[in-house]
Amino acid sequence: MKARVTVTLKSGILDPQGKAIEGALKSLGVDGIASVRQGKVFDIEIAGADKAKAEAALKDAADKLLANTVIENYRVEVVG
Amino acid sequence: MKSAVLVFPGINREQDMARALTLASGREPAMVWHADTALPADTDLVVVPGGFSYGDYLRCGAIAARAPIMDAVRTHAAQGGLVLGVCNGFQILCEAGLLPGVLMRNSRLKFICKDVHLRVERSDSPFTRGYNAGQVIRVPVAHGEGNYEADDETVKRLEGEGRVLYRYCSPEGELGEDSNINGATNSIAGIVSEKGNVLGMMPHPENHVEDIMGCTDGRGLFAGLAEHLKSAA
Repeated sequence: MKARVTVTLKSGILDPQGKAIEGALKSLGVDGIASVRQGKVFDIEIAGADKAKAEAALKDAADKLLANTVIENYRVEVVG
Repeated sequence: MKSAVLVFPGINREQDMARALTLASGREPAMVWHADTALPADTDLVVVPGGFSYGDYLRCGAIAARAPIMDAVRTHAAQGGLVLGVCNGFQILCEAGLLPGVLMRNSRLKFICKDVHLRVERSDSPFTRGYNAGQVIRVPVAHGEGNYEADDETVKRLEGEGRVLYRYCSPEGELGEDSNINGATNSIAGIVSEKGNVLGMMPHPENHVEDIMGCTDGRGLFAGLAEHLKSAA
């Protein structure tokens, strides 16, 4: 099974990297960009076929290591 | 002073730290590998030095904070033992939950490597007793992620409980946007835990301890620790 964990900064947390990318896009003349927030995506291969178990393992992984929940939110999805 | 310096893959300031500790106490620290599960018996002070543990992968300090030795460090801290984290060490202590908050990317996005001035906020801590309250010291910084951030309530508690020991300041000791090199909340450069026995700071006092380094302002921190531990013994 394939899964994806997406980690994003909580709202209100300053994201200087996102701001820099936003500035670069604007200077490239890409139209219609209001703002950019940078995050991380982890593509994970799951052993076994139990979807509920996989989701629990991914949540565990995100809580223990992938996200710093002081500043980040995460979303877990089993993509099949 | 029986100190132990933790060594993680990618750490590079452990020898500087060991030298500063030896100069201050006359005793060489034990170097403790991250995969070990115990600290040497009767360790007084655990030091998490600076560097780039695990290449700063994932988040600075995130992987080192989950190393086997960190459980022993947690136990040491819970029993009131002293812990000092410098630079990457500060990031590791935050990631390990031994200190609140997080070190974010410097607000101006640049890696900063230069001498800065710090104001010592109080002198009644084991980590500052070698200085006077309000004293300004000059020490180097070398970091890209040193912008201390925490939620409003945590910052209020840190300030209310006098847990900010070091702040970035001008040579005259004034706080301001120019001297706050990385954009840290309230110019915070170093904080202690609730019990006051765990200090994390971004600047490198261990790199200003000998005349050949051009400045010896960092000595006070290590001399203070040695004095504290001698009087406690």
